[in-house]
Amino acid sequence: MSSLLSAPSALREDALRRLKREMWARAVKLGLRSWVGWRRGFTSKADPQRSGRVTAEVIEHLERLALVDFGSLEAVARLEKAIAFADRLRAVDTDGVEPMESVLEDRCLYLRSDNVVEGNCAEELLQNAHRVVEEYFVAPPGMCSPKWLNRLSLSELRI
Amino acid sequence: MLGRTLREVSTALKQGHITPTELCQKCLSLIKKTKFLNAYITVSEEVALKQAEESEKRYKKGHSLGDLDGIPVAVKDNFSTSSIETTCASNMLKGYVPPYNATVVQKLLDKGAVLMGKTNLDEFAMGSGSTDGVFGPVKNPWSYSKQYREKRKQKAHGENEDSNWLITGGSSGGSAAAVAAFTCFAALGSDTGGSTRNPAAHCGVVGFKPSYGLVSRHGLIPLVNSMDVPGILTRCVDDAAIVLGMLAGHDPKDSTTIQDPVKPFTLPTSADVNKLCIGIPKEYLAPELSSEVRSFWSKAANLFESEGAKVIEVSLPHTSYSIVCYHVLCTSEVASNMARFDGLEYGHRCDINVSTEAMYAATRREGFNDVVRGRILSGNFFLLKENYENYFIKAQKVRRLIANDFVNVFNSGVDVLLTPTTLSEAVPYLEFIKEDNRTRSAQDDIFTQAVNMAGENLTSAIPEPHAKEPEQLHVTSFSYLPMTNELAGIIETFVVT
Repeated sequence: MSSLLSAPSALREDALRRLKREMWARAVKLGLRSWVGWRRGFTSKADPQRSGRVTAEVIEHLERLALVDFGSLEAVARLEKAIAFADRLRAVDTDGVEPMESVLEDRCLYLRSDNVVEGNCAEELLQNAHRVVEEYFVAPPGMCSPKWLNRLSLSELRI
Repeated sequence: MLGRTLREVSTALKQGHITPTELCQKCLSLIKKTKFLNAYITVSEEVALKQAEESEKRYKKGHSLGDLDGIPVAVKDNFSTSSIETTCASNMLKGYVPPYNATVVQKLLDKGAVLMGKTNLDEFAMGSGSTDGVFGPVKNPWSYSKQYREKRKQKAHGENEDSNWLITGGSSGGSAAAVAAFTCFAALGSDTGGSTRNPAAHCGVVGFKPSYGLVSRHGLIPLVNSMDVPGILTRCVDDAAIVLGMLAGHDPKDSTTIQDPVKPFTLPTSADVNKLCIGIPKEYLAPELSSEVRSFWSKAANLFESEGAKVIEVSLPHTSYSIVCYHVLCTSEVASNMARFDGLEYGHRCDINVSTEAMYAATRREGFNDVVRGRILSGNFFLLKENYENYFIKAQKVRRLIANDFVNVFNSGVDVLLTPTTLSEAVPYLEFIKEDNRTRSAQDDIFTQAVNMAGENLTSAIPEPHAKEPEQLHVTSFSYLPMTNELAGIIETFVVT
């Protein structure tokens, strides 16, 4: 570190920048690893009520899909219990049984004729939105933000 | 006057013994007095008085719209009501004002009903206690009954008067409490796994779950599309029949409503149960069933038998799996239905603007409580590619087996099933919250959710009459706390005896 201070300024700038990048990368890795380690460590605890199915990867995947975060150890534990509860279905013999999607499966759904009978209420509908420009709902930038492109986990997306 | 049945009050209105405005004002005043129950989220005072005024004009001209004209009603806060805030007891929809009425709400208003307000519930109707909404828990009016207070005095001395209040059950607890406290004559609830029948049982009122497809779900903020139905809460079975008559029928805006014409009906004044065959499912004799509920169940069965009905034991072999099956299907459909709440078109929106994903995630974290988030995550787990077959499809197959159980029983000559609605009477809030929402729902929905999955059956929670005439299944008085029996059956055979 002290050698940096005595080096010529341009070189010093460069070296500092490189050092900062390395430190940041190390911090992120450490941070990620400890977060992942925390979760892995947690899920490996033996508990008869837990199925051990909720790994750190699954947590991350679910948070991504659901756009809802677990937020706490209790929430992960609750999911484990929910899965263990659902596992009881394995005891049922369903060979040759067709899945049932709706109790009205033997009937035809009603389809109305393709005529415009209502609508023209854009103003009313826009009133419930927080951010509106003319007749548009305003959304933040989608998949063009650098953070999304770098595929960081949801925890890093938090501000 | 407020303790009368809907039919009695309707007669009083028609005969001019009371005006709709007077009735509305009495109910509004009682709502204020019973504010501590926390049954209402929104009291629509101005709207109600205006509707009462219009009803009065109609009565004066002799043009009343029928039995519901001028009758105060309440609606659970997960039904859309035009220009009246609809929150689902969630931060996600605080301040949300729908631009339309749910079909069932519109039907009530078209018949002249007076809307007193929107009632409290568990957040997004997820729960069996009405304790998990953002506006706080609902208190069971029976917590303040003379009998319960005396029993509490005997048990603990120097205990805070109000610390041991009882839950209403859920998730339509606000509606049940509103009806039980006489602040309205009928209320709408919703029923996905027992959410109308459970609080009806705990609050000592009639809770009616129509067959799936009989009543429109348009405007009912959905939980589980394949199981949700609007529910009816009233103080007697006859009142429930009146309301059902107004609400049932095909709705072009809900393509899952059946297109068969619904024949208007009235309940017979004296029910003849001679030709009725009543089934008692043996698997419902759960070890956790309280002795009081078991004895009431027995009493009800004996009552029917003494009146000439045939009472037999039947079997629904997959009963023990139905709650598990319900849990998987419910959370899976919930995961899908809750995806619409992203903060863009309506509802809560957070301040983050970095990216859509970040905005959606933060909005949903701020808007949903732990229960809702837990179910969304569970549902997404069961719907993952690697789990879809083993959990979701498996549960759908088990659903068919459960539905077949019911079909087999009803095809074997049984007309109705008689079962308890809940494992025990209403418990104190402090005891209820010792377990989490998921555990409680799994325990409390045990009797009620099977019929939601089978769909084709009608269910109602009928309060156990204490002193009664055999023909009348009316509420008269209770010895201690209400508990109810559930009668599941096909409407045509039950009503036309």
